Amino acid sequence: MTPYDEQQLAKLLAALPPAPEGWVRAAQALPKARAELDTIVERALADEAYRAKVVADLEAAVRESGQEPDAARVAALRARLAENE
Amino acid sequence: MSQASSSDAQLVARCRDGDQRAWEELVERFSRYVYAIATQAFRLAPDDAEDVFQEVFARVYEKLDTLRDDEAIRPWIAQLTRRLAIDRIRASGREQPSEDELEAPEASDTMATLDEALSVHEALAGLSENCREILDRFFARDESYRTIGEALGLPGGTIASRISRCLVKLRELYEGRNEPLGASSGRVHT
Repeated sequence: MTPYDEQQLAKLLAALPPAPEGWVRAAQALPKARAELDTIVERALADEAYRAKVVADLEAAVRESGQEPDAARVAALRARLAENE
Repeated sequence: MSQASSSDAQLVARCRDGDQRAWEELVERFSRYVYAIATQAFRLAPDDAEDVFQEVFARVYEKLDTLRDDEAIRPWIAQLTRRLAIDRIRASGREQPSEDELEAPEASDTMATLDEALSVHEALAGLSENCREILDRFFARDESYRTIGEALGLPGGTIASRISRCLVKLRELYEGRNEPLGASSGRVHT
C-alpha cells in the first residue's frame, strides 16, 4: 500500500458533497442583491413618501427590486433602513 | 465543480476589484467546504446550516478588504464557519456551555479531514474533465454507474474501470504535490 491509498482519496472525495444549488446561487447573487438594496435605501433616503411605502411593506419593496423577498433579504433591508434613520 | 484556474490569492484580488465572476467562482470554490463544516463538523440541522452558510459568505463579502493575507482565505473561511456554527448552536439553546464545550470533541478532527478533502478536491482540477466528472459524480454526488453513464454518454459497464483508472491518476497527481495522507500539517487554525 502506498502512502496515498486510493481508498483514502475516495473517502476524502466523498467528504465534500456539493452544497444545495439554491444556497450556492443565493450566495453568488450576494453582490447584486446588496446593490439592489443600496438602490432602495438611497431612494428611501431621498424620498420620504417612498421611504414610508418601503417601511410599510418591506417584502413588496424587495419584490419590486426584482429579488425574492426571503427572510434574510427583508431583514437586511430593515437593518439598512434602521442604520440610516 | 471548482477548477483551480487561479490561486486563492488571485481570486480574492479579483473579488476585491468588484469582479462578479470572481465572486461566483469564490463561492463555488468554498461552498462544499463551508457546507461540510456546518453539517459534518457541527452537525447543524438544514435550516441552521443554510443560515450559517449564507452568513459566512455575507461576512466574507463584507470583510474581504480586512483580510491581511489573500492566501489565508481558506483558514479564514474555516474559522468564520466554525465561529458562526458555534454561535448558532448557542443561540438555539441546544447547549449553553463555553465555546470549547460547544464544539464536539471530534469537530476539530473533522475540520482537519475536510481541509485535506478540499486539497484533494482541488487536485481534481489537474485531471481530464472526464475523470473529474466521473470521480465527483461517483464519490461526492453518490451517483450510480447507470446515472453517470447516461450523463456522460458512456457505457455503464465501463464506469467502474474508469473510476479505478481516474483514482490512480488522482493519486499520482496528489502524491506529487503533497505529503502523505495522515501527515496533515493541520492547516486549519482553531
